[in-house]
Amino acid sequence: MRALRRLMRDRALVTGTVIVSALVLAAIFATPLANFPSHVTGFDPAFRLKPPGEVFWLGTDRMGADLYSRLLFGARLTILISVTATLVAVLIGVPMGLIAGYFDRWYSDLLMRISDVFLAVPQIVLAIAIAQTLGPAIQNVILALSATYWPFWARIVYAETRSLRNEVFIEAAIAMGASPLRVMVLHVLPSIASSIIVRTTIGMGATILAAASLGFLGLGAPPPTPEWGRMIAESREFLPQAWWYATAPGIAILLVVMGFNLLGDGLRDAIDPRIRRGS
Amino acid sequence: MRLLALALRRFLWMPPTLLGLTLIVFSVSHVIPSDPARVLAGENAPQEQVEALRRKYGLDKPLPQQFVRYVTDVVSGNMGVSLYTQRPVATDLVERLPATFELALFAITLAVLIGLPLGVVSALYRNTWLDHGVRLVTIAGLAMAAFWLAILLQLLFSMQWNLTPVQGRIDGWGPDPITGFYTVDALIRGDIETFLTSLRYLFLPMITLAIPAMATIVRFTRAGVLNVMNSNFVFYQAAMGLPRRVVIWKYILRAALIGTLTQIGLVFGNLLAGAVVVETVFSWPGLGTYAYNSILQSDYNAIMGFTLFTGSVFIGMNLLVDIAQAVLDPRGR
Repeated sequence: MRALRRLMRDRALVTGTVIVSALVLAAIFATPLANFPSHVTGFDPAFRLKPPGEVFWLGTDRMGADLYSRLLFGARLTILISVTATLVAVLIGVPMGLIAGYFDRWYSDLLMRISDVFLAVPQIVLAIAIAQTLGPAIQNVILALSATYWPFWARIVYAETRSLRNEVFIEAAIAMGASPLRVMVLHVLPSIASSIIVRTTIGMGATILAAASLGFLGLGAPPPTPEWGRMIAESREFLPQAWWYATAPGIAILLVVMGFNLLGDGLRDAIDPRIRRGS
Repeated sequence: MRLLALALRRFLWMPPTLLGLTLIVFSVSHVIPSDPARVLAGENAPQEQVEALRRKYGLDKPLPQQFVRYVTDVVSGNMGVSLYTQRPVATDLVERLPATFELALFAITLAVLIGLPLGVVSALYRNTWLDHGVRLVTIAGLAMAAFWLAILLQLLFSMQWNLTPVQGRIDGWGPDPITGFYTVDALIRGDIETFLTSLRYLFLPMITLAIPAMATIVRFTRAGVLNVMNSNFVFYQAAMGLPRRVVIWKYILRAALIGTLTQIGLVFGNLLAGAVVVETVFSWPGLGTYAYNSILQSDYNAIMGFTLFTGSVFIGMNLLVDIAQAVLDPRGR
């Protein structure tokens, strides 16, 4: 209880948790929460570009679809893309970092040099190139993002595994006859799990921003998918009259990315008491 | 000596890293599309035309041979011909470089001028309302989608208040190039009016790029200053009875800003990445727009050229940062 109360005092952690939970709830209950669930694919040209009001809380888009409803269903897409892309990146990066960090052979250097190559160019540039070659589809966005973001996990896991390798408890496990796989999975991995979790939380924010950028550039899911970045791109030709069109999805992206970043910062502070508040 | 060895080691790793990068980009552009010649010719082009293109660009050779040929070409400064502009990619890149560089330099200057003092103040007045305010702004700055910020700025400054142009770099033609930076060239030629116009065009894209950069700089500066403030040598200086002003200016800032200074190099590298999206929104005629257009046109020579170029700048920046860190931090000597 005291631990929980201490955590509750951490404003970053609480705010982050609230925002991320709201996103998850919006995604799960998009259908009952939406005023016009049919507006994800359907629309009503009679109500095209209506400003926010009693019927359409956040206004309507160029097709006459309710922006509030589309935003809710966009939350689903955001979660789908960012969770899958991040998960794949973790599944590639973590084993690579573990192997490269645990063993000290020629392939350790090779694996890390490979991740250096991927880090040598800004992630978004590579992701744009891959997404364009593969064509606009959700699974291609996911592929492009996980193919470019995995080195971040490889890097951090490598560094942490390296520093753990000479610890007594690892040596003891090896002396007891544990296989390398067993040591890595049962002894190293639990000790570095907190860093992976923190990195993953912040990585979610980065993935959401990158996915939105791809959507904005027209490389994301094809219309009429309610993708937040694409919604902002669509709004451009109706400015300055339809000011609400870009506002709502932009704020949604801002809040969600902020939520994940705050949650990541908060978790880092909670897990590692040495690094207190923002230092 | 250690410093020299470090620099040399990093420098020697540059070519293999760039080679690896070339391999990745080459794979993306040559292996994934089933038939690059068909992509080039267009979907409805006759088969003979596709075959002719295939021969012309050596696409009928085995992939490894194509790769080796590309690498040898690049080493001798030939990045191939852009299929869209029909000019050498290297020429295109060099021509568009000043626009991006001018924008990035203005953005990073603004980010440092605002970010550095904010970070220091935020750390010195830690946990006051000032600190909370600054941190809220930086958290929002890092979470904002650049293209959205760009549109909001256009909406307010250009469409609502009519203060700045919506997009572009200059009215009509730019000043005759000397450096390629319109602001500098206009000043050299004494053309104040052109100078002011180009500043007005620079304003919005500069702010869009500067805000996330500024947020990063604030975060690093604040963390750096806090870190130094809690270190033993600062306690020692304070215990010696030195006035707080002296301790802050002479000891804390000097030690803390080394970290920030090196961070600025990395932020600058990231600005090039941000430029792809921001330049597209503002139709800024730089490398970012070039990259975006060539991606849309499946102009793979141009895509590879841009990626390699950005990669080199990025790796070069990292190298400089490492060296700067070693030079500035006396413990590294």
